[in-house]
Amino acid sequence: MSDNLMVVRTSFIQRFFQSIGVSSFQALLRSLIKSFAGAGLGLAAGLLVCYYAGEPPLKILKILYQSSFGSGYDFGMTLYYTAPLILTGLAVAIPFKAGLFNIGAEGQLTVGALAAAWAGVLGAGITSPFLAVLFAATFAFAAGGIWGAIPGFLKALRGSHEVITTIMLNFIAAGMTAYFTLYTIKDPNSAQAETIPVPESFFLKPYEVFNGAPMGNLIWFLIVLAILMHFWIWNSRWGYCLKALGENERAAETYGITKQRVWVSSMFVAGGLAGLVGLVEILGNSHKFKIGFSADWGFVGIAVALVARGNILGVLPSALLFGMLQKGAGSLDLETEKVTRDLSYLIQGLIILGVASEGLWDGLSRFLGNHLKQRARAKQTGGTK
Amino acid sequence: MEVLFDSWVLPILRVSTPLIFAALGGMWCERSGIVQIGLEGFILVGSFFGAVSTLYFNNPYLGFIIAGLAGMALATLYGIAVLRYRANQIVAGTAINLFALGVPPFLSKIWYDSTGSTPPIPTEAQFHVAPLYLMIALVVICHHAFYYSKFGLRLRFAGEHPKALESAGVSVGFKRWQGVWISGFLAGLAGGTLSIYLSSSFIRNMSAGRGFIALAAVILGKWKPIPTVLACLLFGLTETIQIRLQGVVLWGTEPVPVQWIQILPYLITIVVLAGAVGRSYAPKGLGTS
Repeated sequence: MSDNLMVVRTSFIQRFFQSIGVSSFQALLRSLIKSFAGAGLGLAAGLLVCYYAGEPPLKILKILYQSSFGSGYDFGMTLYYTAPLILTGLAVAIPFKAGLFNIGAEGQLTVGALAAAWAGVLGAGITSPFLAVLFAATFAFAAGGIWGAIPGFLKALRGSHEVITTIMLNFIAAGMTAYFTLYTIKDPNSAQAETIPVPESFFLKPYEVFNGAPMGNLIWFLIVLAILMHFWIWNSRWGYCLKALGENERAAETYGITKQRVWVSSMFVAGGLAGLVGLVEILGNSHKFKIGFSADWGFVGIAVALVARGNILGVLPSALLFGMLQKGAGSLDLETEKVTRDLSYLIQGLIILGVASEGLWDGLSRFLGNHLKQRARAKQTGGTK
Repeated sequence: MEVLFDSWVLPILRVSTPLIFAALGGMWCERSGIVQIGLEGFILVGSFFGAVSTLYFNNPYLGFIIAGLAGMALATLYGIAVLRYRANQIVAGTAINLFALGVPPFLSKIWYDSTGSTPPIPTEAQFHVAPLYLMIALVVICHHAFYYSKFGLRLRFAGEHPKALESAGVSVGFKRWQGVWISGFLAGLAGGTLSIYLSSSFIRNMSAGRGFIALAAVILGKWKPIPTVLACLLFGLTETIQIRLQGVVLWGTEPVPVQWIQILPYLITIVVLAGAVGRSYAPKGLGTS
């Protein structure tokens, strides 16, 4: 990775490989192998456990697959679970480029979602759907961003480690949003702990092909957002500072990059992106803030970024993988006797362990790398004969 | 005096007990140089297996030990990923927590056909005071082992200056394995305390963030045994106040919002980390492997 810092004239293809975080085709293959093998191992281990519950693993796999792609509704729901994971995946992957660990996406998305719901209460007079959504998005991004910037500030000013502060801020976010939901903007007509519903102009319309699954244009917006983030990070001054700091802190500082500024700004962007989960959940789905609405999206975002190997574009397929898992697991309750949706926690945990355990794949990727090299050499010698 | 003891001292000690078990475990692990975010998962698995085995053997002591062993088993998975295969410690810890969320509901569905809770433990098989005494004994043992034993000194060196330990001919890797196992065992015991002592069955997501409060206590206690225990007692106090104030009207007409008291331990930790109340320094070799 360190060769990213060097300024060398490169071909378009080399530049593309560099921009997705690898130096060559072989390196791309190696990192793909690691992700696939890790995810496959985790999935396989999770499915094998089902033998104990008396269910054949292949049957579980089939249920997972059919429940995520079986019908228009199923696919819409899969995308609904994917959308927050794209955002939280980015929220982990972007600060990671600068060498920061954002464990706080859960808190940032909670704060952002409450802000989106609050925007609906404050902006009840806005009738234009475009302005309404823009208003809510600004609120959600700003709230999540400020929540994310706090650990950045604490690290920049006082040197507090961001992992601990983000974990603590997750709990503080949960407590604070619960307070505002119960006392400040509680829906007086509801017995549940939820906020006043947002007015209709704030609703995001789902596609009709999805038969009621809450997902519409938003998914295109998120895909474009991820692609734009990718190009922004690879073609902007800010992105360069981010990567330089992540690669080599001392070199970046010598070069004149203020690391404190990068810490705060990258955490602000990450928090803001996580906060946009409010669009998916509040404007797109439930139209009000409910305590505990998130399916651990903030933490699964770590897994998404990890399987994507910290690559911004890779977040998209990786989020889809975990979205399928979360949606598919929901059907296990109905379709099997003894396996519940909680299986998805086991599988998610095992996938993270499988991909994170770098050492597991050293042998495999070295073997494949040598194999490729030998084949290339054989071809060359074959050609000269 | 007796009223004070019954209504404050005893409840604080009771709710602090699981925190102290888990925090002392976390302290040993972090001192050996391994970041321990997985305490929450160890507690959850420990409390489930503690309740299950107490129900099975009808003996809380056996259940308590099995709770510790269950935490240790999960810690072994963590250790394999982190120590054997060089997984990032923070990522692996998060994975352990997610994994542990799924274990109790998966097994309770098979064993009891319930979605994540166990049947109630009969009163005669519950603990009444034993974990409290065990906790006090543990504090004494940890303090002694930490400062005055060869084991404690070497384990601390594994975290502070691994190279020095290596050149003294002691395996740093094995010391770190010991740290991981201790944290798993003690956090498992913390879980056992929750399900066998503080309540009468396992319920879904029983740990409820206690693993992270324990981690906060380790930081607040500056990775030292007695200050860590004091931090746990402080957090136990806030929990007791919060239980006491539930639904109490102190001013106006609304009950006191307990949410603000709930977040106190986390706020205190951030303030301490920001260096307002004396800096807290992590072991030098923490997180490097």
